[in-house]
Amino acid sequence: MDLIGYENYFWLSTALFSIGILGILIRRNMIILLMCIEIMLNAANLMFIAFSYKWGNMDGHIFVFFSMLVAAAEAAVGLALMVLIYRKFKTVDISYLDKLKF
Amino acid sequence: MNHLLVVLVVFSPLVGFLINGILGKKLPEKLSGALGTFAVMISFISSVLLWNHVRIHGGFETVLFNWLAIDTLVLDFGFRVDALSIWMMLIISGIGTLIHLYSIGYMHGDKGFSRFFAYLNLFVFSMFLLVMGNNLVVLFFGWEGVGLCSYLLIGFWYHNVAYGHAARKAFIMNRIGDLGLLLGIFLIFKVFGTLHLATIAELASANLVQPQIINWITFLLFIGAMGKSAQIPLYTWLPDAMAGPTPVSALIHAATMVTAGIYLVVRNANLYQIATLTTQVILIIGLATSILAALIGLYQNDIKKVLAYSTVSQLGLMFVALGVGAYSTAMFHLTTHAFFKALLFLGAGSVIHAMGGEQNISFMGGLKNKIKTTHITFLIGTLAIIGFPLFSGFFSKDEILEKVFEYSPIVWGFTLFSAALTAIYMLRLYFVVFLGNFRGSETQKANLHESPITMTLPLMILALLSFIGGALNLPHFLPENMSQFLSHWIAAIPSMQFLAPTSHAHHLSQPMIFGLMGLAIALVLVLLFLVYRFYASRQFNILPNQSKFSKLGENKFFVDEIYNHLFVKQIEARSEFLYQVFEKKAVKPFIMFFAQIFGKLGKVFQKVQDGNVENYLLYFVLGIISFILLILL
Repeated sequence: MDLIGYENYFWLSTALFSIGILGILIRRNMIILLMCIEIMLNAANLMFIAFSYKWGNMDGHIFVFFSMLVAAAEAAVGLALMVLIYRKFKTVDISYLDKLKF
Repeated sequence: MNHLLVVLVVFSPLVGFLINGILGKKLPEKLSGALGTFAVMISFISSVLLWNHVRIHGGFETVLFNWLAIDTLVLDFGFRVDALSIWMMLIISGIGTLIHLYSIGYMHGDKGFSRFFAYLNLFVFSMFLLVMGNNLVVLFFGWEGVGLCSYLLIGFWYHNVAYGHAARKAFIMNRIGDLGLLLGIFLIFKVFGTLHLATIAELASANLVQPQIINWITFLLFIGAMGKSAQIPLYTWLPDAMAGPTPVSALIHAATMVTAGIYLVVRNANLYQIATLTTQVILIIGLATSILAALIGLYQNDIKKVLAYSTVSQLGLMFVALGVGAYSTAMFHLTTHAFFKALLFLGAGSVIHAMGGEQNISFMGGLKNKIKTTHITFLIGTLAIIGFPLFSGFFSKDEILEKVFEYSPIVWGFTLFSAALTAIYMLRLYFVVFLGNFRGSETQKANLHESPITMTLPLMILALLSFIGGALNLPHFLPENMSQFLSHWIAAIPSMQFLAPTSHAHHLSQPMIFGLMGLAIALVLVLLFLVYRFYASRQFNILPNQSKFSKLGENKFFVDEIYNHLFVKQIEARSEFLYQVFEKKAVKPFIMFFAQIFGKLGKVFQKVQDGNVENYLLYFVLGIISFILLILL
């Protein structure tokens, strides 16, 4: 890691996060959207690890474990929801989902 | 060993309650009833063993566990078994066992059979806590418990709305009394710094507290007793409580629970001994209740209502005895009354059973030869309650009359009047139900039948007790070793030694006592003759009575209506006023003002939620960005 220098990890992480956000804003396919969310999560994980290395403690590692766990659960729930949405609307295009209102 | 017995006495009915309450629906009727009866029988056997212990070694206390300790308030969940509480325990468990046995027959085929036994067992458990608690909090716990069971059992047939209302009435009336008891307990704690009954008795005897405060304490406790023991002004719930099944009326509303007030006063006799003002109040209220209830009882046509008013009247007599300071006499009458009133109620139940649910005595008549066992036992109960010579009621009532005469001949006159009324309404009941011709329908006549053995056996045992019960406290002019057993028994409690009967304590001369007794006997015999002649002349039927006074009596002197007007209507009017003015004009506009502000704000922000997921995601991202910006800037 010393070879590359952690500033680069920050840039990479920031770039990944921005890609994720951009994807969420412009894409309509729900599968892509889920992937974008995963990218953002992993960007955050990367940042955790990088900082953890920089400050020389284990806190970041522990956070990453939790975050991965949550991400896995979230992906499972998200995919299951998507299957159900597909069954009902016969599409995964998010712009057709305009009934989410009380 | 004693500890174990105490635990058995108290907790075997609780176990019975839990089993019947939880598994009840799955148990067959026979098992359910046997279980409930057996649980109380265990208590009775343990009580008898404890009685033997108390007889030889005197009373004792046993602590189950430490309940709570806050600052100076240290409460144990402890029991006190002494001469007084063992006496009550024997009555409760003994009569309780008989009535459970009776209920197996009486409740046969009822949908709530196991529920009934569960409630009865819970009642017996609560009653034991009440009489055995060694401090006022355990006593209060039992006091509330029996109130709850009374409520549950009055409203046992809750499908009938009127029965439900009767149950509520009993609960609310008792609640008023309970407040008095609770305040009394608070005041005791403030003054004496303890709730331990024996310690309170000790401190009270030391005469350290102002009589004024003792008067207040005893008066507040007496308010509790008024509610539970149905005295003026809180007596109206007891006649309505007859909505419950008849065994309940016998056990709870005649023999045991309603005597809790008497027990409370006797238990705190050391306090009442000092409180001269309160005892006078007790005397007046007891006397008034006794006469008023007897007058109403004269005009009732429902067999259970007559007995209910009779109970109120007899309880009044017990309070008269307490009012003149004759504590052991009150306990004596409590005991004999428990025997003969339980007998009368169970007999009435048997009559109702034979009549197929009919309770109006004007449709009965001539049951003498149809239901023989019930008739003979009922007759014994009647003779006992009117004070026919040598029956139990004769001795207890005579002792009250004698003690009252010592106190004041005027009060004696009123008490005798009340006793005469008792004789009249009970004889009327007996004659109209059992003599003359049958006045019911043909189907009722065809279906007349004696009750099963589980019902007649308790009747026979109680009839025997009603006959010989007087032997428990024979008059003092008999030889020392056979008279005044109960008085000596209760005076064995160290704090109650002042109750010990001594041969010198009687102010009345021997001829005077015999004269009073002779007068009472003559009165009963003359009334027996007169009432018989009166009803024989009209074929033992009740003819509608047109006099103004009888109308008053039939309508129970309009006490319920007066209460309704004085309290219920007043409270309703005030509630209506507060609702119309305070609620509608003040509170509601104020609250609605804020509600509308937030409502309007909500309308504005509602537009953000358009239901489109894409937009939601946009807000989400904007949120993150603004968050980041917030941190950066």
